Amino acid sequence: MLVRINDNTRDALAESESEGNLRKVYFVVVLLPILAFILSFPLGRYPITIPDLLAALLGKIFPYIHGPEGVINTVIFQVRLPRIIAAMIVGAALSIAGAAYQGMFKNPLVSPDILGASSGAGLGAALAIFFSLNVVGIQVSAFVVSLLAVVAVYFLSNKIKRDPTLALVLTGILVGTLCSSFTSLLKYMADPYDKLPAITFWLMGSLATVSPKNVMSSFVIMLLGGVPLYLLRWRLNVLSLEEEEGKTLGLETGKLRLAVIICSSLLTAGAVSISGLIGWVGLIVPHLARMLVGPNYKVLLPVSIAIGSVYMLLVDDLARCLTSAEIPLGILTSIIGAPFFFAILLRGKRGMV
Amino acid sequence: MRFELNDIKCGYNNKAILKGISLTMSEGEVLCVLGPNGTGKTTLFKTILGLIKPLEGKILFNGENSIHWSRSKMAQVIGYIPQAHNTSFPFSVMDMILMGRTAHLGNFAAPSQADKKIAERAIDTLDISYLANRIFTELSGGEKQLVLIARALAQEPQILVMDEPTSALDFGNQLKVLSQVKQLARQGLTIIMASHVPDHAFFYATKVMLLSHGGLFGLGKANDIITEDKLRELYGVNVRIIKTGVQSDNDDDDDDDNDSDSDSEVRMCVPLQSNRNWGLK
Repeated sequence: MLVRINDNTRDALAESESEGNLRKVYFVVVLLPILAFILSFPLGRYPITIPDLLAALLGKIFPYIHGPEGVINTVIFQVRLPRIIAAMIVGAALSIAGAAYQGMFKNPLVSPDILGASSGAGLGAALAIFFSLNVVGIQVSAFVVSLLAVVAVYFLSNKIKRDPTLALVLTGILVGTLCSSFTSLLKYMADPYDKLPAITFWLMGSLATVSPKNVMSSFVIMLLGGVPLYLLRWRLNVLSLEEEEGKTLGLETGKLRLAVIICSSLLTAGAVSISGLIGWVGLIVPHLARMLVGPNYKVLLPVSIAIGSVYMLLVDDLARCLTSAEIPLGILTSIIGAPFFFAILLRGKRGMV
Repeated sequence: MRFELNDIKCGYNNKAILKGISLTMSEGEVLCVLGPNGTGKTTLFKTILGLIKPLEGKILFNGENSIHWSRSKMAQVIGYIPQAHNTSFPFSVMDMILMGRTAHLGNFAAPSQADKKIAERAIDTLDISYLANRIFTELSGGEKQLVLIARALAQEPQILVMDEPTSALDFGNQLKVLSQVKQLARQGLTIIMASHVPDHAFFYATKVMLLSHGGLFGLGKANDIITEDKLRELYGVNVRIIKTGVQSDNDDDDDDDNDSDSDSEVRMCVPLQSNRNWGLK
């Protein structure tokens, strides 16, 4: 075999990872989320200034510095901080899950709820509200039923002797529809003055009820899903090729698919169980990321995390500041997302189809 | 690497499409599989690649049965070059070629600098450095095919399987791809390819397998196996095989055929265009 590397090749390759592009990527990955994180604290009904925030943060870290007194502290650490973190991790989780599923299904129009995770969570939450469980009960029930829905999809799809990806999509639609129907049934039977609105609001998505505790538990679950997915980044690229092509390149496609389903389901279920149903993020953000850095998961995943967390945080900031009553998050993501997505489709060429 | 098919019977859902296929190939050989559509070329290739299990018989690599090999072990030995196609996502050519390294990487690893070097070497071997910065989905069919070959080289297998590698290519690209194939065989790779053009077998193959709807129809050297009678029987068309001599321009054209037994004799199929009809049986 020829062992001659000509210089043109090497130069050409060096160029492909041009510095400007990389810097742009680092900027997005690191700076934007930090900026959005800090700037979100002052927003809201109770006024908090940046000096207040700094003093409070320093006071938390160094006990001898006297932070601001009671109310400000409570607002910062019990209200704003968990909510900001919740928005960011929910956005990030839905974005990675969406990116992974889009590759696995070899289709850029796939979103994290394709295997019924969201419909399942909706049913779980509706059940919990119907039986008057508390906030924690709702979260746990949404999480568990969401995972059960995906498990059902996976096992049912294995019974279908066809292209495994197609089988998954079809059974995903099936189970998803079934779950929504049962949710509708529960809504129909629920007390219209008390439980019906609660179910409806949950389904529209909101971060108003998050507490430091449920943010923490969700975060752990998301790490369990997100870290393995990042480790599998290179294999995700190969998985997005045709099934037999992937196999002949040395991929155990069946096992990898199962791993991706488990990880993405943990991410999605972990997210929607604290936020309610939020559409669009998992669909658009990977697109945006792909337009910025291309489809290689090695960079696509970190950039998806960055864009997803910032997008979700900004939308949530709008949700709680735009009017005196909160606007449901799921509604805002699509109202903002739809025209935004259309604009991308008009402009973009690289990451599209 | 010695590659053997030992009385293979293959097909889907226990329905045999081909049976009794035996074959031995050694380093540097090029096998060309010819046969009408639907005679099982692709089925045979899928069986060889381990994508479907043989119904009977053994597939041996250096005498070792491959039936229980993992996908990555299989991929380290045998590479597959599909027909040029689009991917769902616009991967760069470099990423596409680096995917050939997957079988050599751990589950949680991404390609290292060493892998990049190997990919660059594959790019150089095929002389496609001008494609390295392009996006795979934006290439022409011929360019895609060359990239897919480079990817298979980066995989560093000992055997290459190509399913009609030239079917979507224009005349020039067909010849480029096929002479590249011959070049690779000279460097010690064993190549198994399907084709619809008997001329390809004459020019490039050291061994030819003919498949008909009844199964194996012939196996041997191109000059012995591909005859006018056999082609008529196989494809239902009348052709004349002409023998001609070609004087090489002895430029730097690397197609100096000193490895062929009949020094400069070339055979080609020419369709018979008499007043008779085309002789569909």
